[in-house]
Amino acid sequence: MRSKLNLRAGGLLLALPLCGCNGTQSALHAEGQAATALKGLILLIVLVCALVWIAVVGVLFWALLRRRTEFAAGNKIHDHRLRLAVYSALAATAIIVAGLTVASFYATRALYSSHPPDVIVQAKAQQWWWQFTYADSENRPLFQTANELHIPVGKDVLITLEALDVIHSLWIPALAGKQDMIPGRRNEQRLHAERQGIYRGQCAEFCGIQHSHMALVVVAEDEDDYAAWLAEQQKPAADPITAEAEAGRAVFLGKPCAACHTIRGTAAKGSTGPDLTHIGSRQTLGAGLLPVTRGSLAAWIADPQTLKPGNNMPLVPLSSDEVRQVSAYLEGLR
Amino acid sequence: MTKDDPILTPRDTDIADAELHARLMRTWTSPPGLWAAIATVDHKVIARRYIATAFVFLILGGILALAMRLQLSRPEARYISPDRYNQIFTMHGTNMMFLFAVPVMEAMAVYLVPLMVGTRNIAFPRLNAFSYWMFLGGGLLLWLSFALDTAPDVGWFAYVPLSGPEYGPGKRADLWAQMITFTEIAALAVAVEIVVTVFKQRAPGMSLDRVPVLVWAMLVMAFLVIFAMPAIMFASSTLILDRLVGTQFYNPAKGGDALLWQHLFWFFGHPEVYIIFLPAVGMVSTILPTFVRRPLFGYMLLVGALIATGILSFGLWVHHMFVTGLPRVGESFFTASSMAIALPAGAQIFCWLATIWAGKPVFRVPFLFVLGFIVTFVLGGLTGVMVASLPFDTQVHDTYFVVAHFHYVLVGGAVFPLLGAVYYWFPKMTGRMMSERLGKLSFWLIFAGFHLTFFPMHILGLIGMPRRIYTYQPELPWAGLNLFVSLSSLVLAAGFLVFFIDVVRSRRSGLPAGRNPWGASTLEWATASPPPAYNFAHIPVVFSREPLWDEKDALPVTSGLRTDRRELLVTSLAAAIPQARESVPEDSLWPFFAALATSAMLIGSIFTPWAVVWGAFPMAVTLIGWFWPKGTKEEMS
Repeated sequence: MRSKLNLRAGGLLLALPLCGCNGTQSALHAEGQAATALKGLILLIVLVCALVWIAVVGVLFWALLRRRTEFAAGNKIHDHRLRLAVYSALAATAIIVAGLTVASFYATRALYSSHPPDVIVQAKAQQWWWQFTYADSENRPLFQTANELHIPVGKDVLITLEALDVIHSLWIPALAGKQDMIPGRRNEQRLHAERQGIYRGQCAEFCGIQHSHMALVVVAEDEDDYAAWLAEQQKPAADPITAEAEAGRAVFLGKPCAACHTIRGTAAKGSTGPDLTHIGSRQTLGAGLLPVTRGSLAAWIADPQTLKPGNNMPLVPLSSDEVRQVSAYLEGLR
Repeated sequence: MTKDDPILTPRDTDIADAELHARLMRTWTSPPGLWAAIATVDHKVIARRYIATAFVFLILGGILALAMRLQLSRPEARYISPDRYNQIFTMHGTNMMFLFAVPVMEAMAVYLVPLMVGTRNIAFPRLNAFSYWMFLGGGLLLWLSFALDTAPDVGWFAYVPLSGPEYGPGKRADLWAQMITFTEIAALAVAVEIVVTVFKQRAPGMSLDRVPVLVWAMLVMAFLVIFAMPAIMFASSTLILDRLVGTQFYNPAKGGDALLWQHLFWFFGHPEVYIIFLPAVGMVSTILPTFVRRPLFGYMLLVGALIATGILSFGLWVHHMFVTGLPRVGESFFTASSMAIALPAGAQIFCWLATIWAGKPVFRVPFLFVLGFIVTFVLGGLTGVMVASLPFDTQVHDTYFVVAHFHYVLVGGAVFPLLGAVYYWFPKMTGRMMSERLGKLSFWLIFAGFHLTFFPMHILGLIGMPRRIYTYQPELPWAGLNLFVSLSSLVLAAGFLVFFIDVVRSRRSGLPAGRNPWGASTLEWATASPPPAYNFAHIPVVFSREPLWDEKDALPVTSGLRTDRRELLVTSLAAAIPQARESVPEDSLWPFFAALATSAMLIGSIFTPWAVVWGAFPMAVTLIGWFWPKGTKEEMS
């Protein structure tokens, strides 16, 4: 499948390695504070409900298959016992449901921490990618990145959620439940990773033709790695070190690429598409679509509409040399 | 009750049965021919059309489901383009909700309610004919747009701004919004007819505490339609105004609000679930006593549960919006109210279990579907308790877990009873039995196929698979389960295929059914199968909840209705004491023409708002024709 796509994408690659770096995307694989509390609640409710279901179906089969000895319609004693059974079952239902409601109120507390966050990141969702803006302690924006969130382990991270076009929903199941991003409104999501790791997330609200390919990765790392990453990301783009990459930069700046993308430190200042200043350091391309390799960059640039049909990046006609050069340049932007 | 001269006004008193039948047939039967078929106002004929059309839409919607399962059977498959896929899942949801589930339940009501309350036609029979033509028009509009590759692609919920003027170009969302209007009109019309039929046309003696549970369920359903549909009507009309006229109801940049749409949609959308489910409760409560040979246990509790569910259903809508960031106190309220619906649902289940316990089960096909329903619906209800919990919902909302949940509730909770109901009432509707052998085969295929298809979706949701995605990447651990689900859906489809084969076969060559093949207790079994155009030669008189079980020798009847014109008996609301003879409308082509004019106006309004102005004129003409005084024949009494 993959190689067939790549042939169509210009025959640039023989095979792409499967992306094994995407991390887990499962509510049952909880690695964050909220997700752990939720997993506990999920298991509790599922267990209780499973027992209820077994009891009801058990009674059904018993009622169907029991040996009938003293059957008589309108038997008063019989009716009385039945009535008692029905009302007891109703009372049990009320108690179980009330218990689950209380359990769920308690679990809700774990989702909304009230103490001030250690890190604030601004997220803006748009068709079909995620823009993240990191700020300094005075809340001045430091840099933008896309489709990849880095957070320090053991810290409270507050993500402010906005949508620029239609409704999206940020969902990183291993860390927390989802929260919608709605135009004209501002929501919040708290993340608190308990362990280092890479966690995959995905847009959960149908948002148009490429809703399926609107993923992101969250890299939870220790304090030092996080600080180092922050420092690297704030720097302007690295200058090309090979002649090929140098040529790639010229192509990038000379073609429509720069009209939509920003590469800090160059003349590319477009803001429609993702900031590419450190694209080479990211795990994925096209919002979780492909791993960032030179090959996949080339495939994407050559034919974004085959890899992610309907996305907002037009096909910019480039010669195969130019594609090679631009992908070399972008891969070097670490 | 009468001051007419009995010689000049022929009555059904003191005539031999054969002669009475001949006279009533002359009065009530539509003449042959295409135009007469279009003009008919017989509730049974219209209901059969309604049911058959709805089942055609079920088949079409099922084919779409199979197409989706093909596309999802492996990662990054390219059988169906993303644009087409989005149209397909939108069509599947819209079609199943608006063109199958609600109409088929209403159509069952249109067929059964007049027979079960012992009257000769539904109230407002011309409105009933109009309703069918509007429903058909809405269905054709939607499917025609799909055939032309311009079907809505914004989901059956059509959230703004994706469906708004800026992000939903073309006419796709407009088509969706006006298709809603078609089906709303059709549904509201039927709802009004059911309420009036149940309130004013019950057989003498059928006081409110003797009304069959199915009729109660249909009555509550009709009230839900009346209270819920205006919300979606307002929503779809304002959406089309935003798109067509430039209003800004949903545009946050101009002071509108994107969440307003969700409140309106779900204020309708949640009761909608019960509009589909409550009739199924009625069907189960009717079928089950017949096959355990015992009156329903806890009639009052069940009727109370129906009404309680109906009222509560308007207080749950926010659980569809738990992750939109509403104030937390409000969300907690809706968690509690959503959990509370488990009580009336539980009451229903426990009453059925008690009925089975006290009865002697006879395992015929309708009963099998009822048992399949209980097993499946209880599971779906319990996953409903799960998604009612706000924190739980933040992980499963908009995932395949929810897809699994509502298919358990809607297919398990409503389609299983409906199929049981078809097996149960098919003999009444056609005069022929369906096959026990094919019926059992289709039940087991559907039951097993359903669980194999939908149970794994719970797991898929928990391990991260969102809804409404046209594909997923190979590195995600979903491929195996998805392939399993896709293969299982073929088993489910095979079950439906057997069911339809049985329907077609039995229609032609099923064994003759006779009046009451199941030995059931309710009034519809007191007349011939299929019932004659006039339903009952004499209006029955009811002294209990199970008239056919309690009046073993001969059903008491009343007489005095005229035979030379269409008359039925109007009774009082609570005690069903006879109040008047009411003459009811004859066949008419005007409802059909009115539906044509309304359709033209609605379709025109997709393209220009002026269509509403110009379209009003032909509509006015048809309505004047419809309501033109008919002279003495229908006016007096």
